[in-house]
Amino acid sequence: MSASAALEARGVIARLGLAEVLHGIDLSIATGRWTSIVGPNGAGKSTLLKVLAGLLAHGGEVRLHGQRLDELSGRARAQRLSWLGQGGAGEGSADDLMVYDVAMLGRLPHQRWLAAPSDADHAAVERALRSTQAWEWRDRPLGQLSGGERQRVLLARALAVEADLLLMDEPLANLDPPHQADWMRTVRALVADGKTVVSVLHELNVALAADTMVVMAAGRVTHQGACGDGATHRALETVFDHRVALHYVAGQWLAVPH
Amino acid sequence: MKSQHRRAMVLGIVLMVLAMALLVLGAGIGSTGFENLLAASDDPVALQIVRDIRLPRTLGAWLAGALLGLAGAVAQGLFRNPLADPYLLGSASGASLGVAVALWLFGMSPTSTQWVVRLGLTGAAFLGAVLAVLLTLLLARGVQQTLRLLLAGVIVGVVLGAAKDLLTLTSTDVLQAIQGFMLGSTGLVGWSACSVMGGLGAVCLLLAWVLAPVLDGLALGEATAASLGLPLGAMRAALVAVLALATGAAVAQTGLIAFVGLAAPHLVRSAVKTTHARLIVLSTAMGGLLLMAADLLARWLVAPQELPVGVLTAVLGGSYLLWLMHRRSARGGM
Repeated sequence: MSASAALEARGVIARLGLAEVLHGIDLSIATGRWTSIVGPNGAGKSTLLKVLAGLLAHGGEVRLHGQRLDELSGRARAQRLSWLGQGGAGEGSADDLMVYDVAMLGRLPHQRWLAAPSDADHAAVERALRSTQAWEWRDRPLGQLSGGERQRVLLARALAVEADLLLMDEPLANLDPPHQADWMRTVRALVADGKTVVSVLHELNVALAADTMVVMAAGRVTHQGACGDGATHRALETVFDHRVALHYVAGQWLAVPH
Repeated sequence: MKSQHRRAMVLGIVLMVLAMALLVLGAGIGSTGFENLLAASDDPVALQIVRDIRLPRTLGAWLAGALLGLAGAVAQGLFRNPLADPYLLGSASGASLGVAVALWLFGMSPTSTQWVVRLGLTGAAFLGAVLAVLLTLLLARGVQQTLRLLLAGVIVGVVLGAAKDLLTLTSTDVLQAIQGFMLGSTGLVGWSACSVMGGLGAVCLLLAWVLAPVLDGLALGEATAASLGLPLGAMRAALVAVLALATGAAVAQTGLIAFVGLAAPHLVRSAVKTTHARLIVLSTAMGGLLLMAADLLARWLVAPQELPVGVLTAVLGGSYLLWLMHRRSARGGM
């Protein structure tokens, strides 16, 4: 177990219902780096992220900075690890909550139960909402926002936790290109701050801008390596049945479907 | 943010002031129509009617409505479904089965105002409601899976309802008495019923308010709520207990009153968007006001006769839901 690993998985097995969807995952997520998880549909990316966040029963073990995740209290885990789910707007059940109140939920792990939010909480929520350009809508209910706008609010909710470790499942869903670029800037700033970011991404070009890439297929990690590495690129092409080709254009790697 | 807080505060004050006004009005409405309260103050008989019948009845209508409004807000948050109502976990059919069993076993009559008899019937209804919820929990194997909980609630409701029907068919006396209970009435609520509902209501409101942040978290989805470090299992169990207690207390005293629990949170949300802590308190006040107003109408519309208040709330609540549905489809939702 290396000291620099923020998260480590050893022999992780997970089931959804009766079907085993993760078959013995070994993984190490480096501290202070941005790791992207990619792979075809049904590869088990979201399930792996849930396991890493301590939200799904699993076999094997997951360690957060060397400490077993299942030995941490829910609150201690929630302070150190923030998770953003896929399209997680609660299928409309959060429509009547105000944007500001939604973001404030991210402060729940830091607050005493029923205590009024502190100045630090308000400051963290404002920072988070401003960083996703959602501050203007703080007085609007979530139900009045478009899909992309909602996503930015939910992203702000995850950022407001201000945890050392941020796990995001398809954070770019419904975001337009400028806001995708903003998201990347936010992630870069977090990493520069010493935070660790893990993101499941379908936008391969964004995923290739990360530091490290985890390539998954059929419930297994087929490769883990630097995003600029030739071996990583070959692994990426393989899991997508050689239907993508990688090109180096204008200082960055791009995956072009064909 | 401040504007929503102020709106919530204003709505709360308006609801309480209206409730006070209706309480005074309710004390003045009797079988002879509206009477001046001041005129009654020098007539001891009139004064006793006001003090021992009209006041507890009107206040009791508020309390029962408040319990249903509270239970409705909790149910809708817990099941993350705006159409959830307090009777979802089978408490309604459990309560009616309890009453049917009591009537069948002891041959009691609900028109009797004798204290012991009242305790017997309401006790049976309350017990039935709580047992039905426990049965639902047993079938759903706990509170972890919302969908299983909902299905178990429906099954328990249908089966216990059938058992009640079987029992009531055996005797016409029971059939008539149970019909009164099914329609819902605030006519028999006395001071003792008020104190029971008030006490349980205060406990339930406090507990629900304390647990309200869980409902906010759940609105974002179960996984997100869990990722925030909330001990969902224990808190959900506590919320189910609040739901069962509040519904059981209301149903035991006033029978099956439709739509108040469903409509109260909707009315609040249409006026103010806020977190569950405020929504729960405001829904409580809104439910109380709704049932109190319905009770006054039920007494007044065809005086000296009286409509069963449950029929009135069903008609009014049904029309409101229809309008809500129409408005939603006009906006492109639902």
